[in-house]
Amino acid sequence: MSATMRKIGARVAGRYGIPFYQPWINIIKLYSLRDSITHGVMFYLGPIFRVSGGVGIFLFMPLIFASQHFSNFSFAGDLVLIMYFQFFGMLGMALGAGEGGHPHSAIGISRGLSQFTTIEVPMTLAVISIAIQYNTLSISEIVAAQQGGILHWTLFTNPFATVAAMLSLLGAFGHSPFNLVKAPNEIPIGPPTEYHSSFLGVLRTNAAILHVIEAVLFMNLFFGGAGNWFELIVKSFFIYFWSVFVGIVFPRFRIEQSVQWFLKIPLLLGVIAIIIFM
Amino acid sequence: MTNENKNHEKFLHEENKIREVKAPDGSIIKVDPLNDYFLDDRPEIKKPKTNKIVEKFLNWSRAESLWVLGFGTGCGSIEIPPLMTPRFDAFRFGVAMRPTPRQSNVFIISGYLAVKTLKRVIRSYEQMQGPKYVLALGSCTINGGMYWDSYNTINRLDHFIPVDVYVAGCMPRPEALLAGFMKLKERIKAGRGEGANEYAEKFDWYKANQKKIINDWNMPDYNW
Amino acid sequence: MEKKNKSSIVNIKSSIIDDIKSRFEITDIVHRRDNMTFVTCEKQKTIALITHMKTNLGFKHFVLLTAVDWIEDGKFQLTYILNNPKQKLDIAVRTMISREEATMETAHKLWKQIATYQRELKEMFGIDFPGSPRVDENFILEGWNDIPPYRRDFDTKVYAEETFFPRPGRKTNDPAEYMKKNLHK
Repeated sequence: MSATMRKIGARVAGRYGIPFYQPWINIIKLYSLRDSITHGVMFYLGPIFRVSGGVGIFLFMPLIFASQHFSNFSFAGDLVLIMYFQFFGMLGMALGAGEGGHPHSAIGISRGLSQFTTIEVPMTLAVISIAIQYNTLSISEIVAAQQGGILHWTLFTNPFATVAAMLSLLGAFGHSPFNLVKAPNEIPIGPPTEYHSSFLGVLRTNAAILHVIEAVLFMNLFFGGAGNWFELIVKSFFIYFWSVFVGIVFPRFRIEQSVQWFLKIPLLLGVIAIIIFM
Repeated sequence: MTNENKNHEKFLHEENKIREVKAPDGSIIKVDPLNDYFLDDRPEIKKPKTNKIVEKFLNWSRAESLWVLGFGTGCGSIEIPPLMTPRFDAFRFGVAMRPTPRQSNVFIISGYLAVKTLKRVIRSYEQMQGPKYVLALGSCTINGGMYWDSYNTINRLDHFIPVDVYVAGCMPRPEALLAGFMKLKERIKAGRGEGANEYAEKFDWYKANQKKIINDWNMPDYNW
Repeated sequence: MEKKNKSSIVNIKSSIIDDIKSRFEITDIVHRRDNMTFVTCEKQKTIALITHMKTNLGFKHFVLLTAVDWIEDGKFQLTYILNNPKQKLDIAVRTMISREEATMETAHKLWKQIATYQRELKEMFGIDFPGSPRVDENFILEGWNDIPPYRRDFDTKVYAEETFFPRPGRKTNDPAEYMKKNLHK
């Protein structure tokens, strides 16, 4: 998916761009490097925390509505758990990168955490609004409540929450307007400055998982879920591309700009969404 | 280490000198910062995988994903940014720039190397994770080029770090650099990109050469 | 129009030079261009002359400080080039100092950036400027262990051949001879 992003970016810039399989090669190469030095226990655990956050979301996310197998481990309060897992990976990363001891990773982490905190605010407000609207914390039940035609989707029944969440999704994906934390040409690459070879491979694998799973989460919450695999792929693809297109059009925000941006319109929309369903 | 340069003592920084420090409990400890504060393991030779098919597959992935350290050493570094523009577009060959030595595999020595820069180059090279490759750009790295009789630029790069591919010219154009990348890919796929092991093997010789030139040696012997 | 401008700048310049002449001992005046002149002053009075030009004559901009090694005379020549941005006029002040005890009064209090030039001169020529900030620190050479490389008695070729592992088999041609042979047949 990130290859598609880069490819579109390249085409917009008039280039041919990378081959679509490049990210897989990169990950294979990262795992196949011979040296890997460590800076301590937390340095190992950072990527592991992060990937367990990603896999954790994956495990508890119902993929296909009303399917026995692809509901995974979803249960009554899984929405809360997923919100927690999103932040968990970031914290693990912070600890690991701190152990690396490089000043750039410390700066990157402080930027990343401050941005992610402000991203979480409108997203959490939107999720609370939905929880009040459907009177449940289970993703399966939220999906069930949206069945029966396109006008039953949260997109139409609760537009304010949807817009607030979609705007914060831009930040959660970390594409262009909000990619300052991990952009290679900012203070060198931010948190993963010291991460290399298989550590970086784990992080990159996790980034791919997270992108997919967040798109699926938003599809479940706002766009009526998916009844079959084809629907799942098409819907999550479009949600992902919302972030891609915005990223190509808009230049990068500085950290204080993005923090202020999230605390203005998305926050306001989130509050309105809650007030409506109080 | 053999062939120790006598000037190293003279140019040692104050904070790196051997000194006596008073511990919190009152006892006096002798501290040698260069040996005590840094790890002093030598680089190890890491053998390729014995299974030929696996190693071939891994070499293919290494060759198709070349991450270049963004470190321009001389005038040739101005030839690297055009590689990423629509005209040359090195991304389609799997070439990408990385900002930190930890994540990169290819080191482009772009042009002449002053002694002061050589010191930084050695530090960065040693921090890169193997297998790592060096692409030397311009005639300055081959025999000194137009700076062959200068008081401050080195003549032969291969005396200080192992070089995989030379790109001749003064300066080579981005097309030549792309051709160099293609040559490097061939070399890696043929399993000859073993610069890191070569460095570990002839470590003493490389270190002696480096120390002969760099008088102001205020770093540990092996930076990793 | 242009002619008038030209004559006016020459007039201004000559009046400035007369002013300097009346206050300091100026030995050698070379008019290089209409808006550029080199004057030579003795070592002790150079800084006073520069100060006077900056404070009273409007030479607010400092262009550069450089040195030339006159090894035959046993002297270093220092050149301070000053610019008057309002009149678009350059005046360079030269001074000769002895090669054996190469020291010069520091001028970093007039313009801060002179300290950097002085640091470079200390490293490359061995000219000392006592009191200049960070003058003893390395500028671009780290751990230099020979006579300063810009002095003319330093043989860079021999030094490079001894130090930098020259690659055997390198051919060098004298450019003039080579072009005569291959181009002007």
